[in-house]
Amino acid sequence: MVERRRETETASTLVLEVPGWPGHLAGQHVDVRLTAPDGYQAARSYSLAAPTNGDRIEITVQRVPDGEVSSYLADEARNGDTVEVRGPVGGWFVWKPEDSAPVLLVAGGSGVVPLMAMIRSRDGVSAAPFRLIHSVRTPQDRIYDHELRSRATQGGGLDITFVYTRTAPAGETRSVGRITADDLIRYGWLPDLAPTCYVCGPTPFVETVADLLIDLGHNPTRIRTERFGPTGP
Amino acid sequence: MNEQAAVYDGNSLAGPLSEVFAVELTTAAGRCRSCGTTSQVATFRVYGPGPGFVGRCPHCEDVLLRLVRTPEALWLDFSGVSALRIPMPTDPAAETGQIS
Amino acid sequence: MDIFTRGFRGRGRDSSGQLPPGQYLTNDFPVLSAGPTPRIPLDAWAFTITTELAESQQWSWAELMALPAESITANIHCVTRWSKLDTDWRGVSLDTLLADIETEADFALVNSYGGYSTNLPLEDLLDGKAWVAFEYEGEELAPEHGGPARLLVPHLYLWKSAKWVRGIDLMLQDSPGFWEQLGYHDYGDPWREQRYQGD
Repeated sequence: MVERRRETETASTLVLEVPGWPGHLAGQHVDVRLTAPDGYQAARSYSLAAPTNGDRIEITVQRVPDGEVSSYLADEARNGDTVEVRGPVGGWFVWKPEDSAPVLLVAGGSGVVPLMAMIRSRDGVSAAPFRLIHSVRTPQDRIYDHELRSRATQGGGLDITFVYTRTAPAGETRSVGRITADDLIRYGWLPDLAPTCYVCGPTPFVETVADLLIDLGHNPTRIRTERFGPTGP
Repeated sequence: MNEQAAVYDGNSLAGPLSEVFAVELTTAAGRCRSCGTTSQVATFRVYGPGPGFVGRCPHCEDVLLRLVRTPEALWLDFSGVSALRIPMPTDPAAETGQIS
Repeated sequence: MDIFTRGFRGRGRDSSGQLPPGQYLTNDFPVLSAGPTPRIPLDAWAFTITTELAESQQWSWAELMALPAESITANIHCVTRWSKLDTDWRGVSLDTLLADIETEADFALVNSYGGYSTNLPLEDLLDGKAWVAFEYEGEELAPEHGGPARLLVPHLYLWKSAKWVRGIDLMLQDSPGFWEQLGYHDYGDPWREQRYQGD
């Protein structure tokens, strides 16, 4: 580990130096394995948060209550520490700059991490318009908040919308609540534009959103999903 | 405290399968022996990882594959898949990780 | 070659000897499953014991409820390393269910709604070691924990306590169940840490 950046109260980005890293596609992930002194091992998957950058990779870890790996990575790991990394893996939930179709990114909580890699890998290599809808509980849960807003105001073809499920900031017009079909119409792309849709987050969120997209008429083969489990990592 | 069983998708099999197969398998399409539906491995409904991974057909929920990692071995049962179509790089000089 | 991760301890390891080797204590009741939770209406539920001669005896839910039930307090140990102490159950003993069954079989293959199965020696179901349990902590056993009824064999790792139990086949030869086919141990004694084949 060579650097840590705190993103929110519970999430940090770790920059790892992996000698000989072969490069990766946006959307791929790594499996991180920790070994305790008595030989006990624990492993978890983490999405790569940034595009290929030589030997440096970034993962954003959300601390999970009682999570033995996430609490180590989010709080304990220091610069100079070594962890085992397997990857990059995953070839289906990926976005490549050669894809020119509009892109709809729908994230639930920490599901924004692989979608952020897609947003970051677009710089200077693709003009495909991107729309991100990020569902979070409260404004304090917005990972990459500053960078996303800054990118959106640059006028580079990225629109972002936050959907708040518990507490919204003052002045927010959309009422608090889970994402709806209406949100996907209003803040997403209409099906006749044939966008590629990437949906990532806790399993119930992903399944609800994927069903809504299909009901709205999106082509199921253009919807890619990645489930993070019951509550997400 | 009641919790839910962890349900994932085939993306989470990418790492364990990479220990066995030299090519990316989550983009492969497998035909369910039970119902005949062909689905990409990344879309399998996956339960686990403890005691092991179970990948089920997104259409009929029958078991397509099971994977267990013990300290000394990796056990793999792919018998629920009657045929697997694995996209192969067309360019022999392509790096692993490039998906066509 | 393992690389030790500085500062990583894993879950609190038990040094009191109260837990089997490699286990940690949890206050939760984690839900692990090999598939979706089956929903079985009680009027369709049945439990069947079939002998090696294909003779079978079956109980409906009403018939199971009419049998004498026991309260059990047990420590349970999952092969994924969590243990829970002093869990309270109510169920019908396998001694009661097997009482009138004639068999020469030494082995049992337990099967569940949803397709799960697990094997163990028949003698590990006898003499007060196993129950068909339908209540947990004073309440009806929840579906995600195996309700309406599961097998409970607490002296073995919890994967042997098949959720959504539907029947037991008595066999002359051992036949591996769902996880045993994929490398898990045919017996599964937590105190000898028999997690995998060959342990």
